[in-house]
Amino acid sequence: MLEIKGLRVKLEEEDKEILKGVDLTVEPGRVHAIMGPNGSGKSTLSYVLSGREGYEVTDGSATLDGEDLLDLEPEERAALGLFLAFQYPVEIPGVGNMTFLRTAVNAQRKARGKEEMNATDFLKLIRAKAKDLKIDAEMLKRPVNVGFSGGEKKRNEILQMAMLEPKMCILDETDSGLDVDAMKLVADGVNALRDAGRGFLVITHYQRLLDHIKPDVVHIMSDGRIIKSGGPELAIEVEENGYADIKAEVTA
Amino acid sequence: MNAQVQSKRAQLKQAKLAATEERLQGLALPEGGVWATEARQAALARLREMGLPGRRDEYWKFTRPDTLVQEEVPVAEVFAHDEAPVFDGIDRLKIVFVDGVFNAAESDPLDLAGVEIERLSDAAKADIHWAREVFGVLEARGQSPVERPLAAFNTGFAEDGVLIRVTGRAEKPVSLIYRHESESSDAILHHVVRLEKGTNLTLLENGPAAARLNKVLEVDIADGASFHHVRAQGRDHQRRAGTHIFARLGAESALKSFTLTVNGKLTRNECVVEFTGDDAMAHVAGACLGDGDFLHDDTVFITHDAVACESRQVFKKVLRNGATGVFQGKILVKPGAQKTDGYQKSQSLLLDEDSQFLAKPELEIYADDVACSHGSTSGAIDEEGLFYLRSRGIEEGPATDLMTLAFLAEAVDEIEDERLAEEITMRLEGWLARRRG
Repeated sequence: MLEIKGLRVKLEEEDKEILKGVDLTVEPGRVHAIMGPNGSGKSTLSYVLSGREGYEVTDGSATLDGEDLLDLEPEERAALGLFLAFQYPVEIPGVGNMTFLRTAVNAQRKARGKEEMNATDFLKLIRAKAKDLKIDAEMLKRPVNVGFSGGEKKRNEILQMAMLEPKMCILDETDSGLDVDAMKLVADGVNALRDAGRGFLVITHYQRLLDHIKPDVVHIMSDGRIIKSGGPELAIEVEENGYADIKAEVTA
Repeated sequence: MNAQVQSKRAQLKQAKLAATEERLQGLALPEGGVWATEARQAALARLREMGLPGRRDEYWKFTRPDTLVQEEVPVAEVFAHDEAPVFDGIDRLKIVFVDGVFNAAESDPLDLAGVEIERLSDAAKADIHWAREVFGVLEARGQSPVERPLAAFNTGFAEDGVLIRVTGRAEKPVSLIYRHESESSDAILHHVVRLEKGTNLTLLENGPAAARLNKVLEVDIADGASFHHVRAQGRDHQRRAGTHIFARLGAESALKSFTLTVNGKLTRNECVVEFTGDDAMAHVAGACLGDGDFLHDDTVFITHDAVACESRQVFKKVLRNGATGVFQGKILVKPGAQKTDGYQKSQSLLLDEDSQFLAKPELEIYADDVACSHGSTSGAIDEEGLFYLRSRGIEEGPATDLMTLAFLAEAVDEIEDERLAEEITMRLEGWLARRRG
């Protein structure tokens, strides 16, 4: 499904290489986790995949179901089924959350040659999904993410994911700024979306999110490369010994 | 040195007055009865004393007045389109002006329960009329501390317009429709609205009016009355307009005025509000969309001369392809106007680097227990927000439009009536969609 090969990325504005050859394949139905210390390039990877400006790909490729992602506009990547849950969801004053979601859902349906969803069906669907995530009607009416608490913002990301039904979901530090209850709610939302056709890439700094969203594969990223991959036990190893030990072990 | 400066200033003033006399040559005040003639003569005297605006005037620093003042009317093509006019779906009493002249055939009968409506040209024939307490009176009050010579010119020479006296609760809006037919028409319109105590009126205005328009609206709002005003200035690209609103507010009265401007070569909208009774509120707002050869100027002056009044100014401009936006807004709080709540916001969204926004916000406060704030910004589309929308599958064009509408929303939200707000939003969406092609 998602295939990243030898991906090298530098900042557009300065001569600083952030990703130094990343190889990663996420298969349908599988949850991959990327862990790593701050500054290792985890978030950059998510931004480059979703098409944010400011980065230059100097080598390598990234494809989704064989389609080259890197040449596409952000909205075209979304239409292909890629979704990024932001670490810092953006506040957009003046745009109602509901209007935003409906525009997004219909834009993607249109891009995929499907008919637009009418207002009634949309309302029914979003109410049901919002209820699962304990998002009240008031939050749907407010401007996108404006005045939302940290937890509300993250739940709003998961709501968008549930509404857009992407093939490939990237979650960028979705656990940051969440208390235990909020994290559980978010994790439940994610787990509800797990199915055989959908891939997940969960980026996190800590192992605790992975207690709730059980990964199939764990990768350790450091200095722009994946230095080690393994099963869920790798996350526990990080929690117990820290990243330094793994780095030392790899370099040794 | 000082004497030199003085004499230089005196020379400039002299030249200005001479130019004004030249411009007035051959112009005769319209004929009328006693009240109208007195008001017109007084206006002409005011004008002769201050002179027509020139480009060296402080209040015309950002906007050149030449084409609004000169005798020759710059040609403005009539813009042909097949869209339904704004407010089409709203039940209202329609009063139509074509190139600045009342058109009875296209207008509804001037009958509305609780409202008296007359043509200025008819009412001016009488020797005595209620309008003498308002016509030219609010304009004259608004000449200090800042001169507004175009408005004095208007009071002197306007022959057409409507006089509206509201004595009850108007059951539907009065709608002034300004059609533009001749490419060199020069319209001077003067309207007077007097709301008696506790009454209520919504006034709508739309259309380009003429190649050049000079319009004054005087609104006298008695205690407890409320006046809603929504206008959409026509889309003709080459039209020019200099308009004034003069409003006087009694105790516990309310004014809400919103203006939408899309296109037009030159628009200067002045709004002069005076609080004379306690606990009143005035909200004036505007949204403008300019593309290319476009200058839009909002000049607002709010005088708090009463206790516990609330004023709010919200002006938003979207500018592209070298369009220019101007905002000059002032809140004056007089001694004793305690508990004043004054708010002023002027913002521009510059869609490219060729466009510019010139703002001069001012506060002048002589009372010590007041809350006044102002903010003026100009900026580009928020890239973070744009990426967020695009990452959810919304294409760049519609995503930019969504961000633009969001920027304008605070001004549009000042329209109280939802259907009217919707009419305005549809215009905004249409304009943006057309720009995307």
